[in-house]
Order: sequence, then structure tokens, then C-alpha cells
Amino acid sequence: MAAENPNILTKNYGVSESWKIENYERQGGYQSLRKALEMGPEKIRDEVKAANIRGRGGAGFPAGVKWSFLKPNPEKPTYIAVNADEGEPGTFKDRTLMEKDPHRCIEGFIIAAYALDVHTVFCYVRGELVLAIRRLEQAVREARAKGYLGETVLGRPFKLDIVIHPGAGAYICGEETSLLNSLEGLRGEPRLKPPFPAVVGAFGAPTIVNNLETLATVPSVIEFGGDSFSKMSRLHHLKDGGVRLYGVSGHVKRPGVYEAPVGITLNELIFDYAGGVRGDRKIKAIVPGGSSTPIVRPEDKVSAADEKHILHPWHGKSHLDVPMGVDTMRALGTMLGTCCAIVMDDTTSMVRVAENLMLFYAHESCGQCTPCREGCSWMARLCRKFAAGTATMNDLEVLNDVANNIMGNTICALGDGAAMPMLGILKLFRHEFEAAVREGRAPKEIAA
Amino acid sequence: MAFELTPERLAIFQDLLPRYPTKRALTIPLLHLCQEQEGWVSPEVVEFVAKRLEISTADVQGVVTFYTLFQQKKTGRNVIWVCRTLSCELMGARGITHALEKKLGCHVGETTKDGEFTLLEAECLAACGQAPMLQLNDEYHENLTPEQLDGLLEGARRKRDERVKAGFSPVSIRSRKES
Repeated sequence: MAAENPNILTKNYGVSESWKIENYERQGGYQSLRKALEMGPEKIRDEVKAANIRGRGGAGFPAGVKWSFLKPNPEKPTYIAVNADEGEPGTFKDRTLMEKDPHRCIEGFIIAAYALDVHTVFCYVRGELVLAIRRLEQAVREARAKGYLGETVLGRPFKLDIVIHPGAGAYICGEETSLLNSLEGLRGEPRLKPPFPAVVGAFGAPTIVNNLETLATVPSVIEFGGDSFSKMSRLHHLKDGGVRLYGVSGHVKRPGVYEAPVGITLNELIFDYAGGVRGDRKIKAIVPGGSSTPIVRPEDKVSAADEKHILHPWHGKSHLDVPMGVDTMRALGTMLGTCCAIVMDDTTSMVRVAENLMLFYAHESCGQCTPCREGCSWMARLCRKFAAGTATMNDLEVLNDVANNIMGNTICALGDGAAMPMLGILKLFRHEFEAAVREGRAPKEIAA
Repeated sequence: MAFELTPERLAIFQDLLPRYPTKRALTIPLLHLCQEQEGWVSPEVVEFVAKRLEISTADVQGVVTFYTLFQQKKTGRNVIWVCRTLSCELMGARGITHALEKKLGCHVGETTKDGEFTLLEAECLAACGQAPMLQLNDEYHENLTPEQLDGLLEGARRKRDERVKAGFSPVSIRSRKES
């Protein structure tokens, strides 16, 4: 099947100097803002709700519903904090929006701010993404000069500032409460919830935290209408609407970011979009949506005989033939996450994969909660032992135990995000760990 | 000697200040500005930031030690971050790192004897589709092969003099002048 490209979110990616405002406007940019201002805040919120945008950052919470949780506090302003701290291993989609179409992001922020009566938007961008930061700052300056933000928005008495705030290298700051602490100038340690950010967020004020792609989608929702936008998805009936960016990396012929309707399958993503596996080798495993999501394998079949089961239509088919949606992937025992897959061919050592990932989490744990701080380092040390061939069979049990004792015992989801892929790899590829013990060595390289 | 920002950078800071509800929120942006000028976060920089934002040096130091991008010791004139995380390792990041170690004669975490390069490993730099990759100062270099590294290092040596002359450190994060 040919890869279907809706060409909505990425329509400007091929335009020469697409990041400049005159080129964005030539492509119809900022027309959605004009339309939105005519519609008024309530209608905008209705359209966003009808669009069924499941948050594009990883958790997949419906954006329109999140907006409705906002509790304005008469003594405080209300803020939007844009999460552009893209750092989940395997994920590289938001960066393309910021670098290639920053004005789409800014237009989305302005519409969201108008809809939620917000006068300051903070866009928290990874400090490493220097080009993205420069392009967004330039876009803010250009939009201000055009009167799209500032003292008024297109002449309306609505004051708006957008501040591009750089991070400084911490994966944890993609967690929303950690992001807020970091924005306030603190160490990026997550907060206990409740209170949720929509009630007490940045600087003690009600705050909506949305992923960057989520907000960059809003101009298209206004352009097409919420319901029409939602129906572009193959999973509209599951309230998982629209089109979104997919990433694919690892052992494929054409890695990259692709736009597609919500609900294409992993097989489509890998073969129709990314051209298949390098050297036409077999797929061993796939990390479906960022490193925290448990791996899937092509040989595993969907077991959903019950007609009421959400996965029943794919009963007996490969996991790679299930449409990628927030609820479908969860039903499969993994997560859609950031919708950016890492593909590993049959030359890959899963012991080495586990070692790589656990070193990541050991480095990125913020250190606040003991199970995560100690557990992630412990898992990394154990994986190193397996990779070095010095592990024992007992270490396999310890590894399993440590992972299980992190799950659910920490303030934020980083610990779970480390334990879940570890447990997933142990469940599906235990034999590789056992072989490393038996043979006293693991493959030297992660893959051929 | 006490640290002071250049007038140009001070102006950037003063422009940002009223856009935030608290002074403290400027901690990270201000540290970036200082590091861009100084090349690292020296004890004098910590003092300066604390004084400007009316917080304690302990608070500033807590932030500095939390975030990877803040250099707590002097670096080489160029800083190389090789992404080591999964997509990059699958596509040969280790080969890139080993080749660099050999060419530079130093290990990851170290600076070359001539003070030209600091070699570091980074966690996922959000360029997974262009693996393997590295960040050289503030530029991404993607779809790398070991054969490209000589040219890259040579280019960095050439550019370095211009950068330093323009008042930038090698680890500049927000070089507005260059945008």
C-alpha cells in the first residue's frame, strides 16, 4: 500500500525558508488565527474538543478535556506552558516543527491563549535545540512586528506575550511538573499531584501544559473544523482523532518523520513510509513510541476473541498490524507514547539494548525518589554485568525484582518508564540474558 | 575578579526580566548567557547570578549541578557531544566515539592536551532519524560516518578563532548574534 500523506502538519516542510513569516503567510498561515478570533474563545474550545486530539507528548490525554479542567484563580494570572522538551529516546518530531515551521507553533500558541484567556505563554524548549530556539524566537519577533501578539492581537484588546524558555539538559523536565519547577528556576524535580497544574501550575497559578505538536495542530483544527479534523483519523470512533507526526529510526531504509492519519499500523510505518528494514532483514523488536514504551515483536499475535474487546477486529493478527492509537496500543500491553518507533533487526542484541536504555535512565533519574534513583542505577549495573558476561542466573531474578519494585513507587513516571521496557525485554528476550550467563559473554556490538 | 556580563548580554537579560513573574525564573536563561560569555559556570558566575536574581548561591549551585549543559569546569575551546542513546548506538555511534577518541587522543569526558576539544557523550539529542550524530558546539552534524570526522574537526579549528574574536565561548547556547 502506498504511504498516505495528509500533508497538513508538514505542508510547509518543503517550502524554501519555511520558517520566515512571509513564506508562512503565503501558504495561508495566520488565517486560522483570524478565523479563531471571529469564532471566540468558547467556540474554539468546542472545536478543539471535537477534534479529539490526544496529547502528542506521550500520555495521550485528550487536549480539549485538559483545557476544560483549567480553574482560573481570580488572584492569579493563567499560563500556558508548552512542552517542547523533546527528549524521549527515539523521539524527534517536535524538533522538525520548531525548525521547519515555527510560525505554525506560534499561531497555535496564540489561538490557544485566546481560547483560554491566557496572556503569557512559556514555551520550554530543550537547551540543546539551539536552532529550534533561534527559529522560535525569530518567529515571535516577526509575529509581534505584524501585530499578531504584543499589546493587542490583530487590533483586539488582548495582550499576549510568548516567551521562549531554554532548558539546560535534563530529560526529566519533559515531565510536566518538573518542567514547571525548571521554568521557575529550580532543579527539575517533579511535584506531587494533586494539585494538578490546571489548578496550581507555574508560579502558583493555573497552568495548561500542552505538548508542542498538540498546539501546532490547533491551527489545522480551526481550518478544517474539529469534527472534520478528527475524522481524518482511522480511530475517530475511539475518540483518537486527526493526523499526527510519526517518527521512525533504527534499522530502516528511510528513517525520518512522516505525517499520517492517526491509526496507521507499525507495519505500514516501517514498510510503506520508511521503505522496510535495511538489507531486507527480519525485524526482531520494535520500541513503538519512545524508549519508555515496552517493545513489540512481529511474531506476537493479538489475542482478543471477545467481540467486545477493543482489539477484536485484529484478533489473530500480528501486533504490527494493529492501528497505532492511544487506546489500541495500551490494550496491546504497550503504549503509543510519542509515536516515534525504533526498529531493530535480527542482528540486534537485546542485552545490549537493555544496557543502553538503562544507562540512559540511570543518568536521567532526578534522584528525588529512592526506588528510581537507586533502582535505575542498579538496573544499569546489572545490565552491564550481563553485557560483560559476568552476571549470574540470580542476577536475572534481581533485575526482575528491582524493576518490579520501582513500578508505582515514585512521584513521577520516569521510574515506571525505565522499569516497563526492562520488564518487557526480560519477558520477551529472557533467553538472551540466560545465554549471556551460560556463555560468559554477550555480543560485543549492539547490532551488525 | 567579579564576573560581569557584557553590556550587550546584560541588555538581553534586562529585556527578559519583566516578561517573567519572578526574578528567580531567569536562573537558567541567565546561566546560559553567562556560560556563553565565560565558557563555563565559574564560582564568580554563580555569585553574579545569585546577586542579580536575589537568591542564594546554594540555590544557583543546585541548578548548575542538576542540568547537563552547565559546565562545572573549564572545557576545551570546542565541545563535542556524541549522542550515545539507542537509535544512535544501533546505527554506529560507538564507532564514531571510538574514532574520535583515537583522533583526539583523549577519552570521553576529557579535554585534549592542547585545550582544543572536549569530548562528551550526550543522551538522546532528538535526531534519531539522522543517526549517528553529534553536536559540535551548537551545531548538529547528522548521518555521520567516521570518514567525515577529520573535516569536522578541521572546520571547528578554523571557526574557533572567529568565534572567540567575536566574544563567544565554544559552548555558546544562545548565540543571538549568529542567528
